[in-house]
Amino acid sequence: MSLTQGMKAKQLLGYYQNKADQDAREAKERGGLVCWSASVAPPEFCVTMGIAMVYPETHAAGIGARKGAMDMLDVAERKGYNIDCCSYGRVNMGYMECLKEAAITGVKPEVLVNSPAADVPLPDLVITCNNICNTLLKWYENLAVELDIPCIVIDVPFNHTMPIPEYAKAYIADEFRNAISQLEVICGRPFDWKKFQEVKAQTQRSVYQWNRIADFTKYKPSPLNGFDLFNYMALIVACRSLDYAEITFKAFADELEENLKAGIYAFKGAEKTRVQWEGIAVWPHLGHTFKSLKNMGTIMTGSAYPAIWDLTYDANDESLHSMAEAYTRTYINTCLSNKAAVLMDIMEHGKVDGVIYHLNRSCKLMSFLNVETAEVIKEKNGLPYVSFDGDQTDPRVFSPAQYDTRVQALVEMMEANMAAE
Amino acid sequence: MSKVEAILSQLKDIAANPKKAMDDYKAETGKGAVGVMPIYAPEEMIHATGYLPMGIWGAQGKTISKARTYLPPFACSIMQQVMELQCEGAYDDLAAVLFSVPCDTLKCLSQKWKGTSPVIVFTHPQNRGLEAANTFLVKEYELVKAQLEHYLGVKITNADLERSIAIYNENRAVMREFVKVAADYPQVIDAVSRHAVFKARQFMLKEKHTELVKELIAEVKAMPVQPWTGKKVIVAGILLEPNELLDIFNEFGLAIVDDDLAQESRQIRVDVLDGEEGPLYRMAKAWQQMYGCSVATDTKKGRGKMLMNKMAQTGADAVIIAQMKFCDPEEWDYPVLYREFEERGVKNLMIEVDQEVTSFEQVKTRLQSFVEMM
Ligand code: SF4
Ligand code: SF4
Repeated sequence: MSLTQGMKAKQLLGYYQNKADQDAREAKERGGLVCWSASVAPPEFCVTMGIAMVYPETHAAGIGARKGAMDMLDVAERKGYNIDCCSYGRVNMGYMECLKEAAITGVKPEVLVNSPAADVPLPDLVITCNNICNTLLKWYENLAVELDIPCIVIDVPFNHTMPIPEYAKAYIADEFRNAISQLEVICGRPFDWKKFQEVKAQTQRSVYQWNRIADFTKYKPSPLNGFDLFNYMALIVACRSLDYAEITFKAFADELEENLKAGIYAFKGAEKTRVQWEGIAVWPHLGHTFKSLKNMGTIMTGSAYPAIWDLTYDANDESLHSMAEAYTRTYINTCLSNKAAVLMDIMEHGKVDGVIYHLNRSCKLMSFLNVETAEVIKEKNGLPYVSFDGDQTDPRVFSPAQYDTRVQALVEMMEANMAAE
Repeated sequence: MSKVEAILSQLKDIAANPKKAMDDYKAETGKGAVGVMPIYAPEEMIHATGYLPMGIWGAQGKTISKARTYLPPFACSIMQQVMELQCEGAYDDLAAVLFSVPCDTLKCLSQKWKGTSPVIVFTHPQNRGLEAANTFLVKEYELVKAQLEHYLGVKITNADLERSIAIYNENRAVMREFVKVAADYPQVIDAVSRHAVFKARQFMLKEKHTELVKELIAEVKAMPVQPWTGKKVIVAGILLEPNELLDIFNEFGLAIVDDDLAQESRQIRVDVLDGEEGPLYRMAKAWQQMYGCSVATDTKKGRGKMLMNKMAQTGADAVIIAQMKFCDPEEWDYPVLYREFEERGVKNLMIEVDQEVTSFEQVKTRLQSFVEMM
């Protein structure tokens, strides 16, 4: 009997998250390869080659959520990282420096011993992709040079004009083929094209189940609490090319389906207003951000951030253009009008009454167009919005009082709109 | 006034009055100007249209007020200034603005121009070792070219482009020569003058600039080289302004013997090479050949090595990193540079460049103690 039999989705989530880290530790122990990867870089090539994957952004988010970010941020700061650099990157550079020190001296530094960080091994190679930001190019350059390991770059040029041109897809597909050659050299064996086919198909099955979950936000009341997307995200990031993600998401989507049939809703059906969350979660204060909303009967039923991993493509397309397109169309890698259109689709789907914009101190790309995005959307659908200051892992930026005041103002606007209808 | 002084004063005037430079150009030629956002753009294409390419590198000491609505305080200092100026309509006389997006800030800024000029956006590929990257960039350049032709109502022929490329290559070569001359004659070309020669380059036709700089070089080289009693430094970063800041270098006897500033030497680092291929392809290839820059991806991070080579070549005593406030590409380079410098015993100092500030006391104190330590 399998270990996971009878597990609920939530248990599966915990189980597979740990297992992914354990896979990486085991790979390291038996002399296999470990790759650290940007969260939306294509894992298909490495997984085909049997390389264990670790995701620093997810890892850093975990550290942040378990209130361990400050120690790692301090290590990074001592190495010269400016507080202006993305906190995911700083937490990860801090963690990497600790692991490196342990590897060199044989002694785990104190901060690492005391850290709530999940135990993951140092990488043998890294892979990055700038479909969410160019920061990931800089960060991974540093990982590669500080550890003296190969770096695979999948550059997806900013789509200033939509639709995505064929020549961009051709360039990215060429980069895919180049990544494959790089891996053949790193692994010392030819690429397994047959397995690649299976891995792509697996990725698509994971993505399908992921999309099934988000789809439940269209119901009113919603059986899905949108914040759960933030929790389950760890697996669409880290395990989408394995069946771990598919199994877990299917279980969760099936549970939601059952609940829907049985009339069981997220807030026991007591949702009063629905919001969209634009931007990354505030991991160190996830509980607070959620509860403040919940206390006012406000449910989150849409967020473009988890939807980034809707990496649907044609797994049988040998030109790899379809896969290239999936990895470059990330809404934050496109022009303002497309970005706004993507957000509006999600708003419509989640039948939201307003939007919360996270002005993220760490993330220039997900902050500097917030004003314009909000204006464009408000002009089109008239829905109210607010913005608050935060940071996804540096706990010092977020102010609970400011957040509460802002969301309260939003709720009042939403309620006024509803009363007027 | 000596010939050298006359040339420097002319270049300083131009550097200090870009608007006048543009208006004069318009009056003289009947043609307008096209803005060029930092850091890299195929300026040769603009030159080929007969329009004047104008660099857009912020301003000094403007209080940020209107821009606050559109940018949070943690956007880099230069883009805060650029946004403020956009809001004030300072760029509205430009016939178009050429906009590349090599960092997250520029990607966003490219989507929110507040002025009235049309904006032409293009993306540099970052997997620069691949031939496919060149092919991609040629396509981007073709679109840039088509848009320039559309907005300016001109046709850019290959012959025009080749002529502009030759003019630019010559200007870059002359500027590389100038960097060496400035290093040999810091008594004649001080930090402020050196910067003015670079800065004026952004607001003049390059052939005119070349002519003046050539003359300047000839004049300076006719003088005997004097021993330098102060220290020699290499400066790196996005830019090193304003003159008040450079005055501190002069005051403490710091000669700038080479630089890795985006606004200065990075602009002249690589040429568009000759070859069988068409001009757009060769211009794309120049991006592939670019190195040692925080926005040109380099998984080997050769920038530290490049700076240390420059030190060896020039006999510099130290590297000064001019950190543009809130510029994350540069901030990400810094820890690696710092480690490499420390490991090799290279004296280094980081100072912050904030275009909004008007007082430089803090930098002064830091530079002073750094010089004393040397
Ligand atoms: S938080 Fe923003 S800057 Fe940091 S890795 Fe994510 S997308 Fe990039
Ligand atoms: S962040 Fe740096 S590279 Fe980007 S626009 Fe600002 S100064 Fe330039």
